[in-house]
Amino acid sequence: MTFETLGWQGLVILVVFGLSLLIATYCTYAERVIAAFMQDRVGPDRAGPYGLAQPLADAVKMFTKEEFFPGGASKALFTLGPCLAMTTALMSSAVIPFGNAMQFGDTSVHLQGIEINVGMLYIFGVVSLGVYGVMIGGWASNNKFSLLGAIRAASQNISYELAMGLALIAVLMISGTLSLREITLQQTNPGAWHLGDIFAWNVFKQPIGFIIFLVCAFAETNRTPFDLPECETELVGGYHTEYSSMKLGLYLFSEYINILVVTAVMSVLYFGGFNYPFQYEFLDFLSNKAGLSADWAHNIFVLMGVVAMFMKIFMGIFFFMWVRWTLPRFRYDQLMRLGWTILIPLAIFNILLTGGLITTGIIK
Amino acid sequence: MQSLSNRAKILEKKPMTLAERAYLPAIFQGLSITLRHFFTKKATIRYPEETRPFSPVFRGLHVLKRDEQGRERCTACGLCAVACPAEAITMVAGERKKGEQNLYREEKYAVSYEINMLRCIFCGLCEEACPKAAVYLQADKMAPPRFERDEFIYGKDRLVEPVAPDTRSKRGIQLTAEQADKLRTQLA
Repeated sequence: MTFETLGWQGLVILVVFGLSLLIATYCTYAERVIAAFMQDRVGPDRAGPYGLAQPLADAVKMFTKEEFFPGGASKALFTLGPCLAMTTALMSSAVIPFGNAMQFGDTSVHLQGIEINVGMLYIFGVVSLGVYGVMIGGWASNNKFSLLGAIRAASQNISYELAMGLALIAVLMISGTLSLREITLQQTNPGAWHLGDIFAWNVFKQPIGFIIFLVCAFAETNRTPFDLPECETELVGGYHTEYSSMKLGLYLFSEYINILVVTAVMSVLYFGGFNYPFQYEFLDFLSNKAGLSADWAHNIFVLMGVVAMFMKIFMGIFFFMWVRWTLPRFRYDQLMRLGWTILIPLAIFNILLTGGLITTGIIK
Repeated sequence: MQSLSNRAKILEKKPMTLAERAYLPAIFQGLSITLRHFFTKKATIRYPEETRPFSPVFRGLHVLKRDEQGRERCTACGLCAVACPAEAITMVAGERKKGEQNLYREEKYAVSYEINMLRCIFCGLCEEACPKAAVYLQADKMAPPRFERDEFIYGKDRLVEPVAPDTRSKRGIQLTAEQADKLRTQLA
């Protein structure tokens, strides 16, 4: 890796960092507006046009609140909790391929923080670290409700990570690689010059696996119907009961960043990442009919892929919020039963099924 | 027991079918309901910008009318105060002096006329009792919230129908100079 490409990748990482913070900020706004719309209300519309300055107002509120340490709490760990949650949430977006490689003369810039061949392992390693932030924060609060929330978060994440990992194994059996970029590049069919390109997406090869992954993604990000770690009705606020000011803000923020990461991973693994229907016709049009240089045609084609990727991410985020304002919360024993006795056996069955289909040559 | 209304639903405890046990069909049903609500027209009225239309028979804030020549109609007979079930109206009568004929229609007039909007129940009996057609409850105005109780006692300054735009008020609050100018251009 030359110094120049290192600079480019640094820039890409900075952009990804900024974007994930921006998207997480506006997720708070989107969540409120979507909730309001589903309840026949209009939501926040006072701050700025359509209430678009609402996240800024919320941030100002968060920053100016009193920082409170509960009595008997371990100060160092109490501070470490939200920091850890935020750090791990931000780290995981580094390996996600938001687009293909752009060409500037001789240099090609991958629209991806770091291209590593174990991208998927990296993401799941980092995401499962996220539970430490919740665990440490809940434990350091010296509060029974917080501790209960933290314990719930930990056991829930462990139970659902198993099923999630097993669902992923089926994807790996098809793709044969752990690199997220490779997996994305496989989910296209250059021969099919039509809408049929989308049938190369993994979701059509792995419908059961996708549903398992989706359910587990909800559980991993502590979203309704699996938001037991922070359920207000039973545990006051769960692991962040004692938190105030920006430390609470970091917890809420990290939840949205986690959603962003999970939806990004979902679109990479199952929805073809930066591939989009009619992409080869588009490239053909750009390079042959629009009269652009080969580099520019390719770059515009790649940028459209980034747009497609973000469209998929936003749809995923919308789906997460849609489900949140539709379904009630599971009871804890129901949650555990669903995880251990339904999803894990189903995931194992899915692996066997995929194996059978691969050996018979039905899916490649 | 036989149902009297014919609307009773007989519930049977059947084991759930596979579709019911799989949750997913029910979840999609729920999602479609919320999505439908997502696109329905919202019930919200964005208040300061939009207002709900008043009923034509709404009884709001009182006004003391003037006649065609701009003279106060009220003659301080006190019938409104007698009619008022909430005892919200008080007044002091006075005799019209020479040269005040352009101000007051009758020889007797109300030197002060006060309605306590915290007592008033907006029943409109004062309007019915008035023999001079002087007091009316407006259909499009109401007493706005205030911080102090004494601000709810509306005197003649806020009740009498203004002549010039500069002295008019909007919802019981004196118009500012800019608002009065705007009104003047509207009237002209």
